[in-house]
Amino acid sequence: MKMARVFTAALGLVMSLAAQSAPSESYLRPQQVPAPANNLITPERVTLGKALFFDPRLSGSNWIICATCHNPALGWSDGLPTAIGHGMKILGRATPTVLNSAYQRKQMWDGRFRSLEEQALGPIAAEVEMSQNLDEVIAELKEITGYHVLFEKAYPGEGITKDTLAKAIASFERTIVSNDAPFDRWIKGDEKALSASAKNGFSLFEGKANCIACHQGFNFIDDGFHNLGLKGNQDAGRHAQIPLPVMMGAFKTPTLRDVALTSPYMHNGMYKTLGEVIAHYNRGGDAKDNLDPNLKPLGLTQQEQKDIVEFLKALTGEPMAVSVPHLPQ
Amino acid sequence: MRAMTTKMMMVAGALVLLATGAGAAEYTVAQHNKTFEKDGVKIEKFSIKVGDTVHFKNLDPWFHNVFSLSDIKTFDLGSYPQGQFKSVVFDKAGTAEVECAIHPQMVLELEVK
Repeated sequence: MKMARVFTAALGLVMSLAAQSAPSESYLRPQQVPAPANNLITPERVTLGKALFFDPRLSGSNWIICATCHNPALGWSDGLPTAIGHGMKILGRATPTVLNSAYQRKQMWDGRFRSLEEQALGPIAAEVEMSQNLDEVIAELKEITGYHVLFEKAYPGEGITKDTLAKAIASFERTIVSNDAPFDRWIKGDEKALSASAKNGFSLFEGKANCIACHQGFNFIDDGFHNLGLKGNQDAGRHAQIPLPVMMGAFKTPTLRDVALTSPYMHNGMYKTLGEVIAHYNRGGDAKDNLDPNLKPLGLTQQEQKDIVEFLKALTGEPMAVSVPHLPQ
Repeated sequence: MRAMTTKMMMVAGALVLLATGAGAAEYTVAQHNKTFEKDGVKIEKFSIKVGDTVHFKNLDPWFHNVFSLSDIKTFDLGSYPQGQFKSVVFDKAGTAEVECAIHPQMVLELEVK
């Protein structure tokens, strides 16, 4: 009887230790970056896509490049609350990072594009963004000898078309993937990779703070859309695509990978720091109209909020090294 | 008093039978791991008959919002948490695309025969 009690106590201790130090395998990096069967990633496609990503001739002004807003030096975003587009017009939403967009099922804050291929042409053609007629850009690219060579290598026999333009940019974007962060080293068994504060932050992330209601798996997303109760938000968000009450003011769950590099936060860039973001969730959101029912006041202490921020910082790895391409002439 | 109650219950039962149609079946489709499941197996297509009822039950620890904007059936069950279910009677033949508004990867094609 005594022995059984000792055994039960020991088992309980082992289980409680395991619960603290063994996060789910769902956080492990997928073996491959997903790509559609008709646009598998090849070095030639990535080379072409990279040139296009940095080429101002894709914009109506011949001055804006994809990397103007998706700047690799700023976590593949722009560091601004909301983007600046054609004619220096300040736009309504923050520039989302391109990082790990390959792992998302929907693109854009309102999810209106189902693939990176669909998304790639959107900002080029959008009047307020790069403001370029797509037929014109194809005609312009056809006048550049160097692009004929790159397109033929990447998509033999397919020519310079809107389709191959989109596919090439998408291929480059699929290489923009987060590097291992301290969190990844920890889940692989390096106990020293995370501070005690960050480990506690992770426990809170999965537990009391319920961040995993939306931020799940390797990329810390749910491919879902939620109204977070941001004060003063007038943007309908996902409701423009799915006209149901629950989607009013709802936006796509963003990745938390490299999140320390992508300030400011939220779809409208209203918070400068991760501490402000956690404080928002701790209040259970501010605007209660159509608030996502997962959000409730959390009752986190100041230290607990700091711990979650420490954990979030541990999701940030070394930024991807990027060389700027010489553009085809 | 007791007899009246029994009679009323019988009338109510008959009305329910008239409303649902004889032989109408009931199915439970779960929302689990951000997929639709029937009997613990992920499904993307499912056939029922006109008049059948589908109970949409949330087994996930977060909210789902099942809806359809299909020609044969338009409904929005709203957001509901783990353990709860909401029911829909499919009363017209055709195909209904059932989705979760919060998690758009969840799509179920219901063929109503």
